[in-house]
Amino acid sequence: MPADNHTHDHDSELSEMQLRVRALETILTEKGYVDPAALDQIVENVETRIGPHIGARVVARAWVDPDFKRRLLADATEAVNSVAEFDPVGAHLIAVENTPQTHNVVVCTLCSCYPWPVLGLPPVWYKSAPYRSRTVIDPKGVLADFGVSLPPDTDIRIWDSTAETRFLVVPMRPAGTEGWNEDALAALVTRDSMVGTGLPKSPEENKAEAAG
Amino acid sequence: MTNSIHDMGGTHGFGPVVPEPNEPAFHEDWEKRVYALQRAMGATGLWTIDGGRASLENLPPLAYLDASYYKRWFLGLEHRVVAHGLVGEDEIAAGRMLRPGIRLNRKLTRDDAKAMSFSNYDRSAPGPARFKAGDAVRTRNIHPATHTRLPRYARGKLGAVEAVRGCHVFPDTAAIGAGENPQWLYTVVFTGRELWGEEADPGIKVSIDAFEPYLSPA
Repeated sequence: MPADNHTHDHDSELSEMQLRVRALETILTEKGYVDPAALDQIVENVETRIGPHIGARVVARAWVDPDFKRRLLADATEAVNSVAEFDPVGAHLIAVENTPQTHNVVVCTLCSCYPWPVLGLPPVWYKSAPYRSRTVIDPKGVLADFGVSLPPDTDIRIWDSTAETRFLVVPMRPAGTEGWNEDALAALVTRDSMVGTGLPKSPEENKAEAAG
Repeated sequence: MTNSIHDMGGTHGFGPVVPEPNEPAFHEDWEKRVYALQRAMGATGLWTIDGGRASLENLPPLAYLDASYYKRWFLGLEHRVVAHGLVGEDEIAAGRMLRPGIRLNRKLTRDDAKAMSFSNYDRSAPGPARFKAGDAVRTRNIHPATHTRLPRYARGKLGAVEAVRGCHVFPDTAAIGAGENPQWLYTVVFTGRELWGEEADPGIKVSIDAFEPYLSPA
């Protein structure tokens, strides 16, 4: 459900929206402005091709390959596009690294800017008024909503996506993963850990989830 | 519009953030079609990404807050196709075409969609960058009646340039059909106390990406 506090009847809104959207698509198709097959492909792209699995691979690669990490932090677009197995990403991707001193959080207070080529479509909460309003003034409160608490002396840096630059957080590699390969590490990298509203899974959490 | 409801940073009262476990890409089928229509019509090149944003910001505040995310996109798109003369109000009301479409320069094909090309907002610089990393700057206290990407909470504030991000299309002019007018872009970082006062947590910093016309030397 949309997170912008609704009070009206959802069933009637949905049926009304179905009708209105269908009518607009029909008009735009009849007039020759859009091709329904292209629309299907656009939906398929975001449902099956792009998503946080891409960002997780990028982060895991940075964890195991210091040269890739250096290039990622210098120019994330160049670094990601240099790896043939990654889908290309657009310009202006910026990777920001969490350290024991500083935790990074990404927001778009003005709309919904999000690094979708590496994370897919933003979740509803990212686009919601509570997240957009509070993150820049009360980041610790927002992190608490996600169940994240950081050591008290950790500085928090908020990146408000006000231009066409897009930010990807490179979280800290979890303890107890020495010697893990890239695939195993990628399984620990959550979407929220790459936005800054979460931390990567620990080996124990990952094991418990796999068993559960 | 600039000082409208979309500019939410620092507003109180919207309540907690409520993450949804295992959230799907879309919650309703119509949202998929709105998303795809928005992308496909964007590819016609008739309006800029900033013009698209401006049409959402021009929604009345109560309508903006009341609409779900994709409903907001739908309302903006419906407004834009009418405003650009692509579709008549009578056709929207009738729910079907009443007269043939006009000829467009570009129509997105399935192959185009498959290739997932990305827009690039880098432009060649009209001149040297005025600021460099480490410079102290103050954001201007501007309140244009048209689109801007300088959020209200960061106007008239003292910050430091952290990085120069190249020269980009300037949203404030691109949104209103006044041209790309490329401008240097900077990551400018502020302390939480500069933005929110003495009571703010000293361990917090916030950055925006600010176009050169938003900045004065400090």
